[in-house]
Amino acid sequence: MADSASLSGPAPAASASRSAGLARTFRRSETLRGYALLSPTLLVMALAMAAPTAMTVALSFFIQTGFEIEATFSLQNYQKVFTNPIFEALFYRTLWISGTCALATVLIAYPMAYYVAFHVHRRKLVWVILMTLPFWTSYLLRVFAWKVVLGYNGAINSGLMSLGLISEPLEFLLYSPEAVIITLAHAWAAFAILPIYVSLEKIDKSLLEAAADLGDGPMARFFRVTLPLSMPGVVAALFLIFIPTFGDFVTPALVGGPDGLMLANIVQKLFGKLNDWPLGSALSISMMAVVTCLCLAILWLSRKAKERLI
Amino acid sequence: MAGDDSYLRIERVTKRFGAVVAVDAVDISIGAGEFFSLLGPSGCGKTTLLRMLAGFETPDEGEVYIDGQPVSGQPPHLRPTNMVFQNYAIFPHLNVARNVAYGLRKEKLPRQEEDRRVEEALEMVKLGGYGDRRSNELSGGQRQRVALARALIRRPKVLLLDEPLGALDKKLREDMQIELRQLQQSLGITFVFVTHDQEEAMTLSDRIAVMADGRALQVASPKEVYNRPTSITVADFIGQMNFFEARVSETAGEEAVLDAAGFGRMRAKLGGAALQPGASIVAALRPEKLTLSPARSDGAANAVEGVLEAAAYLGDRSHFHVRVAGLERPVAVAAQDWAVGGGDGLDEGAPVWLTWDNDSVILLESERR
Ligand SMILES: Nc1ncnc2c1ncn2[C@@H]1O[C@H](COP(=O)(O)OP(=O)(O)OP(=O)(O)O)[C@@H](O)[C@H]1O
Ligand SMILES: [Mg+2]
Repeated sequence: MADSASLSGPAPAASASRSAGLARTFRRSETLRGYALLSPTLLVMALAMAAPTAMTVALSFFIQTGFEIEATFSLQNYQKVFTNPIFEALFYRTLWISGTCALATVLIAYPMAYYVAFHVHRRKLVWVILMTLPFWTSYLLRVFAWKVVLGYNGAINSGLMSLGLISEPLEFLLYSPEAVIITLAHAWAAFAILPIYVSLEKIDKSLLEAAADLGDGPMARFFRVTLPLSMPGVVAALFLIFIPTFGDFVTPALVGGPDGLMLANIVQKLFGKLNDWPLGSALSISMMAVVTCLCLAILWLSRKAKERLI
Repeated sequence: MAGDDSYLRIERVTKRFGAVVAVDAVDISIGAGEFFSLLGPSGCGKTTLLRMLAGFETPDEGEVYIDGQPVSGQPPHLRPTNMVFQNYAIFPHLNVARNVAYGLRKEKLPRQEEDRRVEEALEMVKLGGYGDRRSNELSGGQRQRVALARALIRRPKVLLLDEPLGALDKKLREDMQIELRQLQQSLGITFVFVTHDQEEAMTLSDRIAVMADGRALQVASPKEVYNRPTSITVADFIGQMNFFEARVSETAGEEAVLDAAGFGRMRAKLGGAALQPGASIVAALRPEKLTLSPARSDGAANAVEGVLEAAAYLGDRSHFHVRVAGLERPVAVAAQDWAVGGGDGLDEGAPVWLTWDNDSVILLESERR
């Protein structure tokens, strides 16, 4: 911070003491310096996040008439969002798809993270990198790969047929909510593995020895020590998957079919072909609010669970 | 195992980690209700030996018997032992009461009974009423007590403690030593206590195993280890010691006459050792067994003249270094009521006489030192 003081050096005598005072305040204040360090990030966030969000919020209270957007305050869009039965049905489906996807991904990721954290002793980093390998290809490519696997003439169907287990291809594999769940789960696996791995890795191994010493077998040790201590990672993983998949529209559009459409597909259509930006805005703002509430609920529940444990 | 009242028996146990022999053919028997210490420098295999008793490591050779039963195949959660870990291993997600109650799961007690047992255990370690504290709100000494209560609540036959006082300051350490000893005596549990602090081992233990390089060099009471060490390593590790190279010149009955460099003739009690004249040995002398005086006094079996080289006054005792001609290193002397300088006329550089009894001399086999 020496240079901030020297900056005030060449200033005229009158203002020199004042700028020196400012420099001192700046040096002393931890908060000010913190914000100064953050300022590039804050700037990007303000431009790229806060401004569009504010615009979306504003837009959601306007009214679309024909091709025009009327800038009059109205709750009409929100009324539509919360009363339209199609939105409601889509909301439950979206909740189901992203919720199941988050749970399934965490369930699949946990053993992998567990294995690397507890049973790999050398070159852990290599293992972690290997697990994120699928992410080195593009998201679209991975979705298309699943199309190839699940499709009518895809790997699963032709495999089962050549084994003689089925006589004609299973049609429900592709273009269904299940296809969306499978594809999303695979796409987001690394986001579950990493936080769970980190929280497992942090567990002091002597705690598990203490549990064994106090009479717990392997199962009891897992449920009484390992799982509770890795809960922060599990909750983080749930959030990391649930939040983005709730708003996903690419995967359902490509592998979901009509039964696999999600809310975000409607938002996309409202901003596109259907050309009702205010309703689209109201829908996305509502989704944001609902997801926030759900996440708060999960947080609250996990905290309650922790307190009960104590 | 017949005709042996030992409760815990370690029979020729060896443990290797790759090329490192952490524990090397250790043979120890520990009686029921005994306070037994494993003492040795860092890395000598104390923790490894303790972990084999708890079941976290299996011996490569040899066998551990608890109450006459071999336990090698038994996993830790089925053994009648409990351990207080070096870092205490308090569960961070549980409060003090839940930590202490952790080991009661299998007993399936009604909640009230469990709470009573927890409070009882906490009171035993003087932490009554701390049950609701979170585990991260505890000081080092309190954590140590929680770890102790958590182990004791299971009423183990053997309690294994791995340097439990290592992280505490001197004062708290001394208080806890007294409490540990009282607790052990009132409960009658066998304690196996690991420490690298010889003073701690001496004050607490009924018997001590002095370890070095994975081997148990001497297993005996603190007094015997101090007064009758059986090897140079043990003598060197426990307390301070002066060592003198010597040769046996003659033996007569219970007494030997040694020819030591710098001293000339030195008389020593044989104490059962069979020594041939001409044998090369090491004579060891504790600093406090030497008497310092300004002039030669009669009556002592051994005496030598030297020059006072350094003196330090430590309050309850004083330390001196006396240079004796012909000796490489100065002789260390400790005296209880000697003032340094001033009235006694003992200034640095003054000529002094050292005298000592013949039964203060410890005769040790010379080894490569
Ligand atoms: N898991 C292990 N893998 C490899 N070597 C080990 C392992 N555990 C211990 N050792 C080695 O075995 C030897 C004895 O270690 P141990 O932990 O028993 O020493 P210690 O007497 O408890 O030392 P300290 O007083 O420092 O705790 C050391 O040389 C150590 O490096
Ligand atoms: Mg150790």
